[in-house]
Amino acid sequence: MSDLKYAAQLDAETELRFQKIAIGLKKRRAASRRLKTYGVLAILTALSFLVILLTTIISNGYTALQQTELLVELSFPEAKLVASDGSLDLKKSQNFNWDGLVKKAFVSEFKEVKTRLDQRALTEIISKNAGYDLRRQIEKTGILPVGKTKVWIKTSDDVDMFMKGRIDRTIEERKRRLSDQQLDWVDDLVSFNRVRLVFNKTFFTAADSREPESSGVLGATVGSAMALFVTVLLALPLAVMAAVYLEYFAPPGRVTDFIEVNVNNLAAVPSIVFGLLGLAVFLGFFGMPRSAPLVGGMVLALMTLPTIIIATRASIRAVPTSIRDAALGLGASRMQAAIDHVLPIAAPGILTGTIIGIAQALGETAPLIMIGMVAFIVDVPATLTDPATALPVQIYIWSDSAERAFYERSSLAIMVLLTFLISMNISAVLLRRKFEKKW
Amino acid sequence: MFSFFSTDFVIFSATILAAVGSFYLAKGRVLKQAAFEGVKPHSLSQYYGLYVCIWVLVPAILLALIWLFAADPMLLNAAKARLVAAYPKLPDSFLDLKMAQLGNIAAGFLQSTDPVMVAQADLLRQAQASADRARNLTLALVMCTGFFYSVRRVSPELRARVLCEAFLRRVFFLAAVVAVLTTVGIVASLLFEAVRFFREISLIDFFFGTHWSPMTALRPGDTGVSDEDVAGSSGSFGMVPVMIGTLLVAVIAMAVALPIGLFSAIYTSEFASRRVRNVVKPTLEVLAGVPTVVYGFFAALTAAPFFRDVGLFVGLDVSSQSALAAGGVMGIMIIPFISSLSDDVITAVPQPLRDGAYGLGSTRGETIIRVILPAAFPGLVGACLLAVSRAVGETMIVVMAAGVAANMTINPLEAVTTVTVQIVMLLTGDNEFDSVKTLSAFALGITLFSITLLLNVAALSASRRLGQRYE
Repeated sequence: MSDLKYAAQLDAETELRFQKIAIGLKKRRAASRRLKTYGVLAILTALSFLVILLTTIISNGYTALQQTELLVELSFPEAKLVASDGSLDLKKSQNFNWDGLVKKAFVSEFKEVKTRLDQRALTEIISKNAGYDLRRQIEKTGILPVGKTKVWIKTSDDVDMFMKGRIDRTIEERKRRLSDQQLDWVDDLVSFNRVRLVFNKTFFTAADSREPESSGVLGATVGSAMALFVTVLLALPLAVMAAVYLEYFAPPGRVTDFIEVNVNNLAAVPSIVFGLLGLAVFLGFFGMPRSAPLVGGMVLALMTLPTIIIATRASIRAVPTSIRDAALGLGASRMQAAIDHVLPIAAPGILTGTIIGIAQALGETAPLIMIGMVAFIVDVPATLTDPATALPVQIYIWSDSAERAFYERSSLAIMVLLTFLISMNISAVLLRRKFEKKW
Repeated sequence: MFSFFSTDFVIFSATILAAVGSFYLAKGRVLKQAAFEGVKPHSLSQYYGLYVCIWVLVPAILLALIWLFAADPMLLNAAKARLVAAYPKLPDSFLDLKMAQLGNIAAGFLQSTDPVMVAQADLLRQAQASADRARNLTLALVMCTGFFYSVRRVSPELRARVLCEAFLRRVFFLAAVVAVLTTVGIVASLLFEAVRFFREISLIDFFFGTHWSPMTALRPGDTGVSDEDVAGSSGSFGMVPVMIGTLLVAVIAMAVALPIGLFSAIYTSEFASRRVRNVVKPTLEVLAGVPTVVYGFFAALTAAPFFRDVGLFVGLDVSSQSALAAGGVMGIMIIPFISSLSDDVITAVPQPLRDGAYGLGSTRGETIIRVILPAAFPGLVGACLLAVSRAVGETMIVVMAAGVAANMTINPLEAVTTVTVQIVMLLTGDNEFDSVKTLSAFALGITLFSITLLLNVAALSASRRLGQRYE
């Protein structure tokens, strides 16, 4: 009898335990699901940061693709500009007051504006460089238009911002950069269809300028390209040679260990420390020129060297040993096996690593600031020792400026920089995909 | 000085031509000799060419480099001495200006009306011209010597391949040593300047002083400065507030990055399907590819105003350069760093551990929390340390979004400054190179380098411990 009772009791106990387990299991599974949810949430948060970052920059920057222009009617004084043979005299043009011509022509269209103060306020509508721009335009063609001519000139950055809706006309007058009167004039011009928004070509063909409407990224882009050219020239051969040495020739021992530790550690040294090195050694000790892309490239080369060495070693290791063994077996020397057989196969991997390293170097700002590539430079650099800035440094300089228009332009410069970076990374991925071999 | 390659392009190409020519001459010579003697040369014929080529080029390149760094400064020094003789009363500060002018006149960039300057420029130009001639002659001589010496040694018995490869191996070794030289250069240059700094400011004042204001540093003897001010100014180079600011920003960054990065890594390594993982991981890494100047821009012009507005809304006074904005945005930057490192570490935990946990009836969550994370712990600590090192050394975000004044505070709503900000502030702009101000930047630099080095070494040893545990 006790058997039966015992079995029933056991059943009950088991039942109870099963119930407990079922409840516990529910909780445990819920905990597991919670963990998964946290993971999804974390990823979504990170991605939303990325989206916010990009949308902020694009929404701020795309308007800089356009520039406001203004129609002005003027006639060129032939006597002051044309040589005896009827062509444009460059010497006379140099001495001619182009600025005055544009300003006078513009002011004279507002007959009701008489006082000097008002006239000055009126000329603030057009760009400070309008006269210079006109001169460049005329000198480029070499022909002076005869009679009354309509020309489009750039407006000042404030009017540009207003036309793009970045200046709120409802706020108090003294908190605005444009007065009520100036806004009225602009409204007049708009109502006469004399204001237009055109593609901002200057941005891609000019270097830095004090006036936002005359500034561009070409100078900085060329500076970056020059620095990166030096970087590749120095870092790639050095890195490949160092990697081959470390993989194939380094005798195991303290010296090799020390080199390896150094390479790995250099990869994690803050970039600004490389800038300090460049400042103290290249500029201070060797007396190289300040702000030069040559020095910038050298500093960036030291910085990217470990990255490329590590990538090269990885791609050398990915080459099957059988290939090297076969070469050695057929009588090739170790050097021949490495250079003639392993390196060509590892080349795509090395190239991918180099592109990624160079992309990193392109975005680097701090070391370049240290060696003085942060100066205000109006000319596009022509040689490796000319003073220059780089694209990320230009972004830094502009974002520090007070003008609202520079804010817009640094956003667009960021878009340009990101475009370069994205295309470099995509080409690295494509290269890898095209040449990747499964052995 | 660096016009070497552009103006002397002809010499450069002549050198190349000579090298190529000697390559083929040697190659032809050994082949002819071998045919004549009816033997096989020891090495392939191109190795003989390469052998002569090395003898022609390498001494010439070394010589040109030495010339670049030795001869030009010597010329300029001589010109300077002549200039001092010509203008005995010129103060030192003008001398550099005059020297720059002189160089420009000599190069033809400038016209001068001052007859003395013109004469000096002529002298300099003549000296430069004769130095150039001397250089070209020596170069030619060295190349010829190298060529004749090596060509005479070329014969089928010469073990050219062995010689060339031994040479190449040495060059490869030197390339590998560049990494060591860089480290040595960093340490030496930072230490050199820092030692000069510590001659003026004591170590104790620097590392334990609680007041940092290098820009307004007062010195005894400055006019209008009472003794009290001077006494106060001795603490101007105390880096404690700068260090606290750095740590505050780093802590905020880690507070953002650690949970997000860790949970993302747990998801991608343990929960996600292969397809999701292949999409999510590269997308997260895009965040790591964004240049820091872009984050800085975002922090200064979007995040900081946002935090200030939120602060105004809830009635808090948030500085427009708050540590919160800089640290928060830096955290975003570090997320992919932590997530991808942690992902690697978690994936490296051996599968049998998971199987064992599942076999005992654990759920996925329990396996992760009770088994995998403890197993991966040293690696995760390593990842964290690396991320902290990143945060401490990050420059652009804080330069653009954090403050300049060193406030001794741990309130994230206030403006703080960091080591990297101070380095940039001290070294940009027109400072004398050896003023205490600029030197203090190098003292900060060596501190920064040491901290990051320690963190990196600690991270490395932590992840090594992980490797040993499951070998």
